Amino acid sequence: MVVSGHTKQDIFRMLSVINDPEIPVVTIFEMGMLRDVNITDKGYEVVITPTYSGCPAMGIIEQDIKMTLESKGVRPITVKLVYDPAWTTDWMSNTAKAKLKDYGIAPPVHSSCNNDVFKNNIIECPLCHSDDTVLMSRFGSTACKALYQCNHCKEPFEYFKCH
Amino acid sequence: MTEQQALYKYCLRMGDDALIHSYRLSEWCSNAPILEEDLALTNFALDMIGRAQAMLDYAGKTEGKGRTSDDLAYRRKEREFYNHLIVELPNGDFAYTMARILFVGVFEYYFFSELCHSADATLAAIAAKTVKEVKYHMTHAIDWTLRLGDGTDESNSRMQKAVNELWMYTGELFETDEAAAILEDKNIAVDMGMIRTKWKEDINRILTEAKLSLPDDGYNQTGGSNGVHTENLGHILSEMQYLQRAYPEAIW
Repeated sequence: MVVSGHTKQDIFRMLSVINDPEIPVVTIFEMGMLRDVNITDKGYEVVITPTYSGCPAMGIIEQDIKMTLESKGVRPITVKLVYDPAWTTDWMSNTAKAKLKDYGIAPPVHSSCNNDVFKNNIIECPLCHSDDTVLMSRFGSTACKALYQCNHCKEPFEYFKCH
Repeated sequence: MTEQQALYKYCLRMGDDALIHSYRLSEWCSNAPILEEDLALTNFALDMIGRAQAMLDYAGKTEGKGRTSDDLAYRRKEREFYNHLIVELPNGDFAYTMARILFVGVFEYYFFSELCHSADATLAAIAAKTVKEVKYHMTHAIDWTLRLGDGTDESNSRMQKAVNELWMYTGELFETDEAAAILEDKNIAVDMGMIRTKWKEDINRILTEAKLSLPDDGYNQTGGSNGVHTENLGHILSEMQYLQRAYPEAIW
């Protein structure tokens, strides 16, 4: 069957509304999880990559992609999961970082290629913007976040780890 | 053994290590000493499940008989599992669990850092992903080793006991079986000799800093590569595989 009618840009635009199921203020595109769209004679192939190997959101994201595209009459669709190149927080757009902060999650502070990842960095409180914060746990409600507490406003908050 | 059979087994071995260690860590869920550790250990377990899925999926594709990662996880017998014995041992106390994450974590950090350069593109991609995650596991275990070793008399003695008891299971991590030897010639598998030296240096440095002593090398327990396990694996599988055995083809 010959596929026609939708360009790669069209597909990307349609998919740009899909949010990360775990952090619903950012989209999978802004997070860097949506990698590519291939259009062939066999149909539309959407390429995605997980943030962490065990990311439980991948199944939901795959369903969301299929439902979104099917509702716009795009078919047949396949979703391909790739590991290479490995996802990194460096792919998160500045818009995504700003949205995370507004949502109450401190965005990653530096490049994942940097060995400072494991030092106790100064993480600004997303609520009161104080630098006086302390790491409570390197692991949080999802694999990608750590738990911090602000010594100034006393509020706990999550930090999106560099990865 | 053909190269295809070797790759199948090599993937199974890495997948089984991740799957069985993940199972053990999941047993801490709601039982860890503090909430933060409950989160940490189950986060590690989740990383490992992801890795197991990727490795078993690739093993199934390499085998070419249409078996999925679920088929391989739930429908193989004990003797067909190739994980290292250290990951199937019961959790013991918190110190024991942490000592295991330390030994396995430092090993996996060096192992997967090397596997990133594998001539097999799929393995290299999974390794690149894994190494980022293992860094966190290893760092966390090092912190706890220092904290417990250089803590109270009680915590120091428990950590030392854990290190001593696990020591005889660490030698197996560096074994090269027939499958690995075939793949090493093709630059697909990792050269274990180099890793062993780095591992020993790191462990020695960490234990010394934690006021713990490095056990003497002695007899090393082995068998995983031949599918010969401790009695613990059978118990794990009888629980893990229960559903698929009782209700074959059941789906979520």
